[in-house]
Amino acid sequence: MAMATDRKTDIGPPHYETMLPPIIKENYGKWKYHENVKSGVLVHVGESGDRLYTVRAASPRLLGTKRIRAFAALADKYCAGHLRFTSRNNVEFLLTDESLIDPLIEDLKELGHPVGGVGNVISNVVHTQGWIHCHSAATDASGVVKAVMDDLCDHFEGKKNLPGKLRVALACCLNMCGAVHCSDIAILGIHRRPPRADNATLNKVCEIPNVIASCPTAAIGTASVDGNPTVEIEEELCMFCGNCFSVCPALPMADPLNDGVSIWVGGKVSNARSEPMFSKLAIPFLPNNPPRWPEVVEAVRNLVDVWAANARKYERMGEFIERIGWPRFFKLTGLEFSKEHIDDFKHAGLTYKRSAQLRH
Amino acid sequence: MADAGQNGTPLLDELEKGPWPSFVTQIKEMAEEKEECRQLLGLLERSYREKIGHWKHGGIVGVMGYGGGVIGRYSDLQEEFPEIAHFHTLRVNMPSGWFYTSDALRTLCDIWDRHGSGLTNMHGSTGDIILLGTKTDELEPTFKELTDNDFDLGGSGSDMRTPSCCVGPARCEWACYDTLNLTNDLTQTFQDELHRPAFPYKFKFKCSGCPNDCVASIARADMSIIGTWRDEIQIDQSEVQAAVDGGLDIVEDVCSRCPTKCMVWDGNQLEIDDTNCVKCMHCINVMPKALRPGKDRGATILLGAKAPIVDGALLSSVLVPFMKMEPPYEELKDLVERIWDFWGENGKNRERCGELIQRVGLGNFLEEIEVEPLVEMVAHPRENPYVFYEEYFEEGDDDEEEEDDA
Repeated sequence: MAMATDRKTDIGPPHYETMLPPIIKENYGKWKYHENVKSGVLVHVGESGDRLYTVRAASPRLLGTKRIRAFAALADKYCAGHLRFTSRNNVEFLLTDESLIDPLIEDLKELGHPVGGVGNVISNVVHTQGWIHCHSAATDASGVVKAVMDDLCDHFEGKKNLPGKLRVALACCLNMCGAVHCSDIAILGIHRRPPRADNATLNKVCEIPNVIASCPTAAIGTASVDGNPTVEIEEELCMFCGNCFSVCPALPMADPLNDGVSIWVGGKVSNARSEPMFSKLAIPFLPNNPPRWPEVVEAVRNLVDVWAANARKYERMGEFIERIGWPRFFKLTGLEFSKEHIDDFKHAGLTYKRSAQLRH
Repeated sequence: MADAGQNGTPLLDELEKGPWPSFVTQIKEMAEEKEECRQLLGLLERSYREKIGHWKHGGIVGVMGYGGGVIGRYSDLQEEFPEIAHFHTLRVNMPSGWFYTSDALRTLCDIWDRHGSGLTNMHGSTGDIILLGTKTDELEPTFKELTDNDFDLGGSGSDMRTPSCCVGPARCEWACYDTLNLTNDLTQTFQDELHRPAFPYKFKFKCSGCPNDCVASIARADMSIIGTWRDEIQIDQSEVQAAVDGGLDIVEDVCSRCPTKCMVWDGNQLEIDDTNCVKCMHCINVMPKALRPGKDRGATILLGAKAPIVDGALLSSVLVPFMKMEPPYEELKDLVERIWDFWGENGKNRERCGELIQRVGLGNFLEEIEVEPLVEMVAHPRENPYVFYEEYFEEGDDDEEEEDDA
């Protein structure tokens, strides 16, 4: 084994300047304005008059090295070897020659990557690992996203007019690695059965006091089963957060009969017009129905359609719902309102309707 | 090998249909050469059939001297799928802004083809390059090749997570500070905190250049650094007129959408009452040629966002209404150190900074980190009259004060 002294550590990432194309280095911090040239294509104009074209293409986030090499080859062919990725998993090619835009788009389509995601459209979905690589997933991530975006691809490509931006995100459990909680439409994997303690091994793989302390509703207490120290769970106190499973693998929650998906609406992170807001529960449960999750695809499509047909220009989903009110939103979408929609955790009372301002 | 053959994945094959790029196609492309990718397809098909994941809780694996950067991952079907019995993830710190040269990407691909599955995420939720799936023995050799090529690991576990940022001044006229530079600076300054978990829980930085917040910092970062300005929006009246002439309904689409109604169009001129502007960005978003953020630029620092686990989701709230953001960022780093000191001493296991603030109260937290309370930090003053007044007078206090003054 190599000695510790031979090893290079704590060098951090490569400096970003080594990755920037010359036109960006020259116009860094000196961009004047930008325009949408056409679907998926932006031009940024510098104070110098330089014009930088960006072509944005969809990616499935999970990429093999072969496809990354194909992107690198396109960057060599069209962009002198420069490209970037976006915060929503799109890939962007940076061109200085306007005449190369269409050939690049053709090559991207050939490779299977639609171009779009710019302006008042539905951009790519931020999502998590799901069954491909996660231990706490209540649903798959990539599969649901693929099915939903197959259905919404026209909106990514800007083929239909939308009132504003609409951000879809998916997290495969409440840990929310994808931080879906402020999205226009959030798809959230949920467990619905309390953890079942593996009494034979729990004390060997977990620290019981840590497990008890991990529960936000104090539902976990000590127990002894067949002489093994373990924990017992007061099931009616469990809200399926999974925090105990995160600290103790002997408390599995995944369960094909009960796992599924909930749908949340109306969150945003941008400060434009209204302040950032959390997403709110629209549909408490939809089943896991692989490989194409038709119930989820249909639910998302319905929400998009209702918003697209009724929102005013620039209104995000949450702004639209605030204007029309939740009762009308439920009516327009045909969604059923149920006990699960009423908050019962901390500060729940702040979410009750505390006025007589109602539309009758 | 069960299910690992060409036609052994009927459910996953359904996800190769349709216009959106398919992750299944990506795995299959790599499965032409890599047995572990063939077995991953088999395992995933099994999940699709059974509606349950087959990955066990992570184990403790990593590279020497680091506590973070590797996510241990083991399958619960080790005998059926031996090539992915362990299938660990490396988080590789991306360059700020996710810019790459094609050579840098090929270098990463070469390393990962030699040492792992060839599967990646570009990128993970926190922003890292995710190298998806390798064996324990390959971790140290992968790390050596990464560092030999100027790459290093990102964060995981209870450490500073890999800071990330929007495209910033590299390609956006709205960037109110250099998000790439600050992100790179924080990453380099806090390498120890990034690689060796010593916090109560994770701590994330996200740097957005303007209030559009393209990296969702206000929802996802313990410290959200959002660019803003404090002078006047720059107006080019001729471009305003050009936008109107081009068909923009400026009254309806701009003035009436302004949250503070601070702008008026009189038919010739757009007038903005900048003292009432809350820097929401809407008007600038609609007319990027006509309006630009002001020139006195910096950032608002907000603290405490997180997803629901453990005590409920939080958005970040204002800590510093305006701070100039220029290298070497000493004022910001001093503030960070004071926050980390207090959180490190007082945070409970798996308690995020935002939850600590909820528990002790923002007022007490501010005292501990030596920041003065400001009205900008609250949506409104308290409604609840149960005030913890901390001082009261005793009979004769006035006399003593007079004596002291004498």
